[in-house]
Amino acid sequence: MSTDTEAQVTAEDLVMDEEEAARARARRNERIGRWLLPLIVVALTIYAWDRICVVNNIPHYLLPRPGLVAQTLIKDWVLLFNALLITLQTTVLALGVAVLGGVGLAVLFTQSKFIEMSFYPYAVILQVTPIVSIAPLIFIYVDSKTAGLLICAWIVAFFPILSNTTLGLNSADHNLRDLFKIYGATRWQRLRFLQLPSALPYFLGGLRIAGGLALIGSVVAEYVAGTGGVGSGLAFTILEAGYRLNIPRMFAALLLIAGAGVVIFMSLSILSHLLLRKWHESALKREV
Amino acid sequence: MTTQETGAADPSAAQTGSDTVLSLQNVTKVFNGNLMALKGMSLDIRRGDFVSLLGPSGCGKSTALRLIAGLSHATSGRIAWHGGQGAGDLGVVFQEPTLMPWATVAQNVWLPLRLRGKSYNAVKDDIREALSLVGLENFLNAYPRELSGGMKMRVSIARAIATHPRLILMDEPFAALDEITRHKLNDDLLQLRAKTGATIVFVTHSVFESVFLSNRIVVMAARPGRVIRELTVDAAYPRTDDFRTTPEYARYCSQATEALHAAMGEHA
Repeated sequence: MSTDTEAQVTAEDLVMDEEEAARARARRNERIGRWLLPLIVVALTIYAWDRICVVNNIPHYLLPRPGLVAQTLIKDWVLLFNALLITLQTTVLALGVAVLGGVGLAVLFTQSKFIEMSFYPYAVILQVTPIVSIAPLIFIYVDSKTAGLLICAWIVAFFPILSNTTLGLNSADHNLRDLFKIYGATRWQRLRFLQLPSALPYFLGGLRIAGGLALIGSVVAEYVAGTGGVGSGLAFTILEAGYRLNIPRMFAALLLIAGAGVVIFMSLSILSHLLLRKWHESALKREV
Repeated sequence: MTTQETGAADPSAAQTGSDTVLSLQNVTKVFNGNLMALKGMSLDIRRGDFVSLLGPSGCGKSTALRLIAGLSHATSGRIAWHGGQGAGDLGVVFQEPTLMPWATVAQNVWLPLRLRGKSYNAVKDDIREALSLVGLENFLNAYPRELSGGMKMRVSIARAIATHPRLILMDEPFAALDEITRHKLNDDLLQLRAKTGATIVFVTHSVFESVFLSNRIVVMAARPGRVIRELTVDAAYPRTDDFRTTPEYARYCSQATEALHAAMGEHA
């Protein structure tokens, strides 16, 4: 039988044993490594790139050294930054319309099986047909270049939102569905209080993919739209620089596109974390 | 008879007794035209009853519960509510706690009231009361993931009683819990029943649970699902943990076990 005194835990009893100490060390190393390792690899890559240029005597109009790309980025900053803003504008607008269209269609699909059966194939066809092959047609039929760019980016971006949100709306806990039915919930109440919250994690997953795709969609559309008119975004800048054999500027523009993609992905990840941190498994910190 | 009545009181209510809440009359359910899940079940549930439906899996006890809840409709026979509202006036507890993970404890309990158009402030006191009846008045703002399995089930029970329903349906609510927690929740459920006077239909496959909790045990058999015996447990309430050690309890348990064996025996 245990007694009261045995149940007491004193400060001396709380020792850090070997295993726990090792575990704490491993956690700390992992935390540092998560930031440090990618930085080291990037630094090494840039250094290797520079060395390859120097050792092989590669002319800067074929492969510029990283330093030259950085210089160009600073020198052409005004031009490049304005181009970036134009591309980003198309991307963000397209993403916004993709969210509205994707969620709207998903809600429509889950309200009626027959609507889903009828129109889902079209969504799939739009998704699997490469945007480069549709874009020229769009620019023939749509007068406004801005609208054309937007439509192209939208077509690429909306599908993951549609398909993920549809899945989410349909995956509400079936016991909760029964409960809503027993309590006489209306269609609207079921959507608002059960299906939309259930779909949120799925939607956010789709949104993260769609963010990257919206950028790709805008860039591809700019390529197809070509020189005329308003759109002088980053893709157009790359094309133009290519014609002039201004390779460093191509690299600088490319760097900005990649950077924009990373920033979009990170912002959406942070948004997702903020919305889910209170309750969803994906956002919870676990004890070991 | 093929009518099913879940709406207003029917004229025959007077004959079945004024304190009858719900009666099942010769209720049969056939799934898909080839599987008889429930055959000719008749049962009167009186106000204040704690009725256990006890039987092996496939005996139609959950089907009976779904029919009462209005989640599915009887193939033949009728289900009649007496004296007032029908299936809308129910509380339900499933085997899983079935809480909304994105909502706090208080918001979960608010749900049935919210679906009736009640604002949170209007029913704040009901929510608090329901939660204090299950001993969770200090967890209003907790999220379900922060609670243990037993506590989640308590929230589920609080949600079921928040509307002061005329009948509470419980579908093996404690089956997934460990034995210590289950005993504690059984005790607490009886206390809650004493305080609220709730009428409860409780599905279980545990003989001990059914004897401890109920005043009536309906023993059911499978293939086809049907009632084979009804036992009355006359031991007085309140029953505390001590009831589990009385000879009376042992006797009821052996009666129920025997009935259950008879139910299993035919197809064992």
